[in-house]
Amino acid sequence: MTRLREAARAMGGLAVVVMLTAGASRAQAPALPAAPQGAPQDSGALRVQVQGSLTDVQKNDPALEAATKEVASQLRCPVCQGVSIQDSPSELAQQMRTAVKEQLAAGKSGEQVKDYFISKYGEWILLEPKAAGFNMLVYALPALLVLGGGVMLVFLVKKWTAAPAGSAAPTAGDDD
Amino acid sequence: MNWKRASIAAATAAPVIALFAWGLTRDPNSIPSPLPGREAPTFALAVFAPGQGDLARPVGDTVRLDALRGKVVVLNFWASWCLACRDEHEVLSEVARGYAGKPVQFLGVLYNDVPDKGTAWIAEMGGQSYPSVDDPGARVAIDYGLYGVPETFFLDASGRVAYKYTGPVTAGIVRLKVDSLMAAAQPATPTAPAAAPAEAAGPANKTGSDK
Repeated sequence: MTRLREAARAMGGLAVVVMLTAGASRAQAPALPAAPQGAPQDSGALRVQVQGSLTDVQKNDPALEAATKEVASQLRCPVCQGVSIQDSPSELAQQMRTAVKEQLAAGKSGEQVKDYFISKYGEWILLEPKAAGFNMLVYALPALLVLGGGVMLVFLVKKWTAAPAGSAAPTAGDDD
Repeated sequence: MNWKRASIAAATAAPVIALFAWGLTRDPNSIPSPLPGREAPTFALAVFAPGQGDLARPVGDTVRLDALRGKVVVLNFWASWCLACRDEHEVLSEVARGYAGKPVQFLGVLYNDVPDKGTAWIAEMGGQSYPSVDDPGARVAIDYGLYGVPETFFLDASGRVAYKYTGPVTAGIVRLKVDSLMAAAQPATPTAPAAAPAEAAGPANKTGSDK
């Protein structure tokens, strides 16, 4: 019975650690639609000058639109805070979205379009860093924290439960 | 005091504190450009503001970057709605005038603006010595990884991006970069288009005050 209580305590503690760590990970994730919109320096130039090589058919192509949305939602708006070019109403974001659409319409793959923007702005332009090299830390750290927290919890639970066992043993079912 | 426990806590906290301290030394708005050292994105844009005197080009004339090979190019992105652009306008105009007749091309690129407003702004500022071109749809701006104005790119004689400056430039910076790029180009330009060292102008990225 005592062992059962210990296990329950340990599981409860682990759950708290997991929830806290998961919360922290979510807090680090980029805010999407709720973030402040628009580029302040764009306020004086509201006229959108979008020119491109898209035909009328391409402009209304739902498949192309969906592909554009997918790529654009992975690219960071340079004049906003943590918002993708898909979600930002700023003029530059709209122009970048048009550039994405044009490149997709020209036959480039989503990866090729992303590589184009990376070659211009660096990997900073990706809302989610690539899971490779040093970036792996971003993905591995939450898992390592959970693991570390779990190990720490096991040690603590063992310590907490060892002390009363040596002095005054609790009676069975005293906290049920 | 439990010294063992305290030292474990200190050892755990030290890397986190060090990370935060390092973070405080960095400007979160600064985005290092991957362009310096690489071939400059080419463009062909129409002149909307002609410039003055020897530096002038007719309105409507198409400026092709490829045709400027062999010259040091100072590419300044600006807009009439950009307050920081006012700070550097006179400086750029004056420095450009000083390089008239030398293998240096100053070029303004209008960013997210309309030429009429750009022309009116130039008149309000007392003129511009070098020509400015329009960039409809900000295609060239995106090609140069622009994220605000003013931003100035210094291209070497072999057509590579040597240096990028974010924010209003000063006369000293422009002269330093242009002179060093001209000096680096001199042995290479008369015969073969050997790759001039992009690092000749010093650090490749510099962030000024504006974005």
